Amino acid sequence: MSKEPVAVVGIGQTKHVAARRDVSLAGLVREAATRALDDARLTWADIDAVVIGKAPDFFEGVMMPELYLADALGAVGKPMLRVHTAGSVGGSTALVAANLIAARVHGTVLTLAFEKQSESNAMWGLSLPVPFQQPLLAGAGGFFAPHIRAYMRRSGAPDTVGSVVAYKDRRNALKNPYAHLHEPDITLEKVQASPMLWDPVRYSETCPSSDGACAMILTDRAGAARAPHPPAWVHGGAMRSEPTLFAGKDFVSPQAGKDCAADVYRQARITDPRREIDAVEMYVPFSWYEPMWLENLGFAAEGEGWKLTESGVTELDGDLPVNPSGGVLSTNPIGASGMIRFAEAALQVRGQAGEHQVDGARRALGHAYGGGAQFFSMWLVGAEPPPG
Amino acid sequence: MPGTPGKPGARDIAVVAFAQSPHRRRTDELSEVEMLMPVLHEVLGRTGLRTSDIGFTCSGSSDYLAGRAFSFTMALDGVGAWPPISESHVEMDGAWALYEAWVKLLTGEADTALVYAYGKSSPGELRDVLTRQLDPYYVAPLWPDSVSLAALQARALIDAGDADEPALAAVAARSRAAAEANPYAQLTGSVPAGDYLVQPLRAGDCPPIGDGAAAVILAAGDTARRLCERPAWICGMDHRIEAHSLGVRDLTDSPSARLAAERAGAFERPVDTAELHAPFTSQEIVLRKALRLGDDVDVNPSGGALAANPVMAAGLIRIGEAAARIHRGASSRALAHATSGPCLQQNLVAVLEGES
Repeated sequence: MSKEPVAVVGIGQTKHVAARRDVSLAGLVREAATRALDDARLTWADIDAVVIGKAPDFFEGVMMPELYLADALGAVGKPMLRVHTAGSVGGSTALVAANLIAARVHGTVLTLAFEKQSESNAMWGLSLPVPFQQPLLAGAGGFFAPHIRAYMRRSGAPDTVGSVVAYKDRRNALKNPYAHLHEPDITLEKVQASPMLWDPVRYSETCPSSDGACAMILTDRAGAARAPHPPAWVHGGAMRSEPTLFAGKDFVSPQAGKDCAADVYRQARITDPRREIDAVEMYVPFSWYEPMWLENLGFAAEGEGWKLTESGVTELDGDLPVNPSGGVLSTNPIGASGMIRFAEAALQVRGQAGEHQVDGARRALGHAYGGGAQFFSMWLVGAEPPPG
Repeated sequence: MPGTPGKPGARDIAVVAFAQSPHRRRTDELSEVEMLMPVLHEVLGRTGLRTSDIGFTCSGSSDYLAGRAFSFTMALDGVGAWPPISESHVEMDGAWALYEAWVKLLTGEADTALVYAYGKSSPGELRDVLTRQLDPYYVAPLWPDSVSLAALQARALIDAGDADEPALAAVAARSRAAAEANPYAQLTGSVPAGDYLVQPLRAGDCPPIGDGAAAVILAAGDTARRLCERPAWICGMDHRIEAHSLGVRDLTDSPSARLAAERAGAFERPVDTAELHAPFTSQEIVLRKALRLGDDVDVNPSGGALAANPVMAAGLIRIGEAAARIHRGASSRALAHATSGPCLQQNLVAVLEGES
């Protein structure tokens, strides 16, 4: 049997900031959803179902907030699903919503992901003690720094690569009006002079804590035909998971990430991702993850990812732009970050990315990961409908 | 031949296996993973499948019960996600994980799915914990607990003339008598109505608090027939949510359950069995009316949530129990229901059939 093609016809984001004290959780999500509806020129009545995602409930201190948010998202009388796959959740949420259309269960679906980190403290939300287990008292940075060290040792990358990524992403963010960190006076020297937090991760090579939401309207072929703006078409999407800890785990380049990318490329008939993909929105919460994921996603051979970064290939005007939006390094409402990657990829192929538009982008990859580098979700979107 | 209604070309998908843990007031000696592992082994054993044979895995649980972020990641380690698996998680009752898996199978991207859910209520005070799912600005600061909210609903029902206290007590007595035949139930037999917890609800009108886990395997088409002698085909499944605020809802009715049932095709032909996720006696009365269940329908032959209510798994267990009756030939068409949120805010209905 054939699946229904899935199109992205509406995208909405909030201006991401450290603290949105002017809105409630409900106000925040509604802002993004309304913008997505406006983009698609649809109303709440056109939406058949709502799929919502966010990272742990402890980040706001609300258990299962979708129950309370049903009214704000126009979901009353409709199906509402709540996805939670750790840091990859924004991507997974979009994929669950896309499947509702692909399976022809619904025609038009609102999907949304959010985090309002100012309501609580994500660092400590991640550090609650667990009986019989090693507590993760240093938040995510303390967990990932040793794996970055392993990458540096394994690949022989010079220790300047991380700051090159951060400098690039923060400059890209200046072209994105929704990005959280806008640092007009950023220089490479300033990144390199920033304090060391978790060696080798410096302060300016770390993502911020943001309040923000991202929404998309996904629809079927008939819905796409009525859309006022060019849609982005989903050519492939996949999720993969592996255990948190075990002896055979490669934290530098997890097998689940490789398998997930391979599945997406197979669906999208991509055989040479480096040449066939025009832009990548990659989940890079600590700058070193750009070269690491370039290898994991098949854009560079093992140990070679840092060379692409160092030579400028991943710059906005390079031949494989990575995170033209400024990425997670510039904006990190955790639960929404994956969906922002997916939505920014869609903006690129719709030609609607504004100042951070990659010229002539026809195919773009959105990528998210979470947990102990164990949950992956990705989609590949194109300007043309998928063949068949 | 049952199939998914209204969807030409849609795939036939069935529940082919179900397993659950014994439900207990406390399981201090077990981690969540240790509680879940035997259930996973049992459900896989029933089909002869291994983790690596499963096309898609989806689970339901809540971090707030465990008291820590990402509590589901440890459970995934128990599944044995190596080589890497296609997997997802909902922060909802496992019935919604089953819904996500059903949709995944409908796309044709997988032929089998493992769905599991678990909840340990014993580490915290469940009545307090559940207040944290209310409107965080206006309601949660008042700490209205789950029994008090259910009592408001029961009072509204009595005031509307739809029930009285003896009628509520009869629901509890019937459920717990039925649970005597259920080796997994936490509370069985002749349980006294007890004192009022919050008027008009007595202890007997409320579910036990407990720890438990459940797992289900779904399969499509011929794979289902190969794995199960009498698959429980999912004829339809739908879920709907209502407004959160109790002040804008008619608590004596459940329009979302009715709509979900209608969309799931429940009203097309009578069912012989209904497994309702009604943690409070009064909620069974609300649901019986909304779902148009007559006295000839065998409601909660497992004992239902009044006999065992492991939060986050109790809804999935309703689907599993309904399917198991079809597997055994004790039912030919069954309705399974799951709920979430205060006073039946969100409801899911699945209709299952066996081949005659």
